[in-house]
Amino acid sequence: MEDDAPVIYGLEFQARALTAQTAETDAIRFVVGTQSLKFDNQIHIIDFDDENNMINKSVLLHDAGEIWHISGSPADKAVLTTCYSKTSESRVLTCAAVWRMPPEWESGSHESPDDSSNNPQTLELLCHLDNTTHGSVACVLWEPMGDGKRVISLAENHVLLWDLQESSTKATISSSATLEGKGQLKFTAGKWSPHHNSTQLATANDTAIRGWDLRSMSQIYCIESAHGQLVRDLDFNPNKQYYLASCGDDCKVKFWDVRHINEPVKCLEEHSHWVWSVRYNHSHDQLLLTGSSDSRVILSNMVSISSEPFGHLVDDDELSDNEESQQEDKGKEPLRDSIIATYEEHEDSVYAVEWSAADPWLFASLSYDGRLVINRVPRALKYRILL
Amino acid sequence: MSSATTPPDSDPTGRRRVHSMLKLYYGLNEEGTAAEQAESLDPCDINGPHFDPEVYLNKLRKDCSLCELMDHESCMVKQIRSLDSDMQTLVYENYNKFISATDTIRKMKNDFKKMEDEMDCLSANMAAITEFSARISGTLQDQHAQITKLSGVHTLLRKLQFLFELPARLNKCLELQAYAQAVSAHRRARCVLQQYSHMPSFRGIQDDCHVIMEQLAQQLRQKFRDGGSSAKDLSECVELLLQLDEPAEELCDKFLSHAQSRLEADLQGLEFIDRGCNEFVSSLCLVIASYQELFINRPQEGELASKNIPEMANGKLHVFVDTLAARYFSLVERRIQEEKGVGDNSLLVRALDRFHRRLQAITKLLPGSAVPSHGTEIVVRAARERIKQYLSALQTFYHDSLTDVRQALAAPRLAVGGASASGELLTSLSNFILNQLKSVLASVHLFTAKDITFSNKPYFKGEFCSQGVREGLVVSFIKFICQSSRQYCESAGDRGGSTPPALLLLLSRLCLDYETSTISYILTLTDEQFLVQHHTPVTPVTALCAEAREAAQKLLNHYVKVQGLIISQMLRKSVETRDWVNTIEPRNVRAVMKRVVEDTTSIDVQVGLLYEEGVRKAHSSDSSKRTFSVYSSSRQQIRYAPSYTPSAPMDTNLLSNIHKLFSERIDIFSPVEFNKVSVLTGIIKISLKTFLECVRIRTFGRYGLQQIQVDCHYLQMYLWRFVSDENLVHFLLDEIVGSAAHRCLDPSPMEQSVIEVICERG
Repeated sequence: MEDDAPVIYGLEFQARALTAQTAETDAIRFVVGTQSLKFDNQIHIIDFDDENNMINKSVLLHDAGEIWHISGSPADKAVLTTCYSKTSESRVLTCAAVWRMPPEWESGSHESPDDSSNNPQTLELLCHLDNTTHGSVACVLWEPMGDGKRVISLAENHVLLWDLQESSTKATISSSATLEGKGQLKFTAGKWSPHHNSTQLATANDTAIRGWDLRSMSQIYCIESAHGQLVRDLDFNPNKQYYLASCGDDCKVKFWDVRHINEPVKCLEEHSHWVWSVRYNHSHDQLLLTGSSDSRVILSNMVSISSEPFGHLVDDDELSDNEESQQEDKGKEPLRDSIIATYEEHEDSVYAVEWSAADPWLFASLSYDGRLVINRVPRALKYRILL
Repeated sequence: MSSATTPPDSDPTGRRRVHSMLKLYYGLNEEGTAAEQAESLDPCDINGPHFDPEVYLNKLRKDCSLCELMDHESCMVKQIRSLDSDMQTLVYENYNKFISATDTIRKMKNDFKKMEDEMDCLSANMAAITEFSARISGTLQDQHAQITKLSGVHTLLRKLQFLFELPARLNKCLELQAYAQAVSAHRRARCVLQQYSHMPSFRGIQDDCHVIMEQLAQQLRQKFRDGGSSAKDLSECVELLLQLDEPAEELCDKFLSHAQSRLEADLQGLEFIDRGCNEFVSSLCLVIASYQELFINRPQEGELASKNIPEMANGKLHVFVDTLAARYFSLVERRIQEEKGVGDNSLLVRALDRFHRRLQAITKLLPGSAVPSHGTEIVVRAARERIKQYLSALQTFYHDSLTDVRQALAAPRLAVGGASASGELLTSLSNFILNQLKSVLASVHLFTAKDITFSNKPYFKGEFCSQGVREGLVVSFIKFICQSSRQYCESAGDRGGSTPPALLLLLSRLCLDYETSTISYILTLTDEQFLVQHHTPVTPVTALCAEAREAAQKLLNHYVKVQGLIISQMLRKSVETRDWVNTIEPRNVRAVMKRVVEDTTSIDVQVGLLYEEGVRKAHSSDSSKRTFSVYSSSRQQIRYAPSYTPSAPMDTNLLSNIHKLFSERIDIFSPVEFNKVSVLTGIIKISLKTFLECVRIRTFGRYGLQQIQVDCHYLQMYLWRFVSDENLVHFLLDEIVGSAAHRCLDPSPMEQSVIEVICERG
């Protein structure tokens, strides 16, 4: 059985936006946004049929502009946000909008899967996250595990918290914060923490990582020079509330305990170029996925700082989320921190990696040349973690 | 007449026969009885007892002729005659003897009679003498008794006189401070006085003596207590006091306490080992010697022996010596610890040697004492400490030289604009370090010199050499160099290059040199100098070399990274800060590109001074032409792009994908080899990749794309010569232009010829 072989899907356009459909828990589904200045951009919805090892795609038109960032609503699987660039008066501005996928896309595309000329349906615009006063939007974040009513957009040096009303057709800024400082400050990435009742946000600008309290919209911590160079991405450990992973242009992946920000908890240096994306597995937080412009995707097993270190390292108060697997894993000899696999299917820089929302053992990576690769966690490891 | 008168012609048998007959007569028949009996049975044997003349005669008559008979008869006659004469002679002789014997006896008889008379006379005389003698002794008896009595009285009187004079004499002695005499005099009188103390006059004398002796003892004690007196005086005092029946224990204590106070005075003034050795230890030895002489080795005289003093005294002495030595040692140790300056080790070694040697004297005096072993421990500790100090001194030296190098690197860059001296700096740095190490080794070597007493202790023969010097000093230092080098990589990584890249390069070369030759040289040198015998496992040369190589590799990688980042930063800023959509038509190459090429060239020079050229892939002689074709092809793609055929982006994708399939994957931040080309390739890779990634994020207008074209062509013109494989540069630059074209709103590329003109112009 070539079950572990990667499945490759090629897009016609260059792409750097990838997300898993967060609200979808049955089908393994990824959403990719393309980048093209000359053609109409598309949103590819890629369904992976795990049993037959097959891919079904559907294409939706996104004619607003090339897509830089995409993210799906956690409550409604048809709703998503994109950050796209719009050229007007020889000025390029990145805007953000909330969209709804047309209800028929599923059935329609299944009948003629690769008929791109067959006028693909267009996304239905719900509302703009109007940013004319705040500048280009770097990314839009949904409230994790929320009801799909709150999003945050990071625009230049502003953090904007939006309330979506009237079935997401209207967006109003409920609060905002601005990063003040010397020089041109610009957020490059951010992540809404799933812990603390979703009241915390982490952002990256240049080499610093900052934490924000959304209730007071004030900075709660700041890791200056978290990386030697630009910080490209962040992710929160889904099971350990103070743990944060970051990656950047110094080729490193760093793990932070935001209570002790002077030194990283751990530092990986496995990539040979900038690391653009870092993702914790949603259920087994020892599994960590990173994508880099050295065209590689690396799956690491960070047992020692995960919530399942097989023993006494776990703080009692952090157990609750993962009690099940914790009990399962007891009595086994501990795995050591290691690289599980390096995936070299990409030929170009990998800008996005994402775990599937439905299957915790599956992930996708997207490289700039439009190649989407779906891989699985090696079976041996999977059984080792499960059994 | 005697037997000698027998005719000389008589045959032996004849004489024999005479003999045997005489023997027979005198009853001596011991010889040959059996033969005689055998003979005697023969009746014809003329000499045998059973001789039968008839048989014999008959036999003769029967056997012999007439003539023979005649002869036999005459022979017989002759024999008979000779026998007769023999007989006669014998008789005569015996007669004579009888006569002379009778005469003698008669004469004796007369003589005895005379003697008897004389004896009678003698006995009478003796009786008279006895009588006289008795009478004389009787008369002399009285006088003799008187004389004996008189002589007894005389001696008694003399003794009495001595006694009566004793106080005066003692006083006089006291005045003259002849304590010894006084004590001996008193000792002689003491018993007598004791015995006759019931008599008032003697009692007086005794009391007098007591007073005086008390005074004397007082004086002695005074003297004893007096600090000024020397150890010899002191021992004299103690001896006298002992004789005066002072309690020995108290004396021991006092003696020791006194010695202690004096020695401690020494200790307080103890400034340096030299003095300590000369004064303290020798005084201590003196004290021990005199003490032993006084208390321990004394012939055990009655009362002293009974008190078991030697044992007690010995114990006290040990305690005394130990406590004092402990104080001394602590002082010495403090002093040694103060000896931080590493300038002249020989002084310290000499001092330690002297210290150790003096302590040997104590060993000889006091065999059971732990003092010398403690002393050796101190020396060992001092040696260990010394090694540590040398190590830290070496480390400081290393840091200082690095600071110097850093300054030297900074200075000429301002002046000349290149690290022209870095080669010289490297050699001078490595020479400095090597010389310093050598001098340290030489200094440490003093510890094991032959004329140093402690050098033959097992520690200095074995552990000191292998664990101390080799591991603790040399290996640690090399490890330190590697480690500190590695630290340069780490510390600089996060804080944006606080270490000048030139220093990284220099250190990398230094480590590499260490790996290739220096380490093995140093270790061989050490092993030879110290004749290291490895009882314990030591770090092998290969491990150290591997470590050095690793450090060199890390440093060089880091150098590449730092330099790459510096150039990357320039490129990134230049791409990010420009508005590429609204830019003007390119008229010349952007300054930042010129800067990149300049920097790359200076890096090339910098690396070239320290590292070899390295191999590059053979490039075709018409490389510029080939480049041209590559560019024209990419230009063609771009030209097709505006035609809006839907398949066009697919084609470009396909083309670049195919290209990638056939080119090797490029690791950007990958380890480099130890040569110039590899280093430069690494730096250029990093820079161009950054350029590519930055371009991909931006959006370009028509002139933006053209500017990128110009810039890339310019880079292409100058960068290919630095790298091992020029295709790499081509590939990356192609990617950049390709990406820019993709990100261009109005992709109309510039004519290749125009690009060339612009590039050549500036």
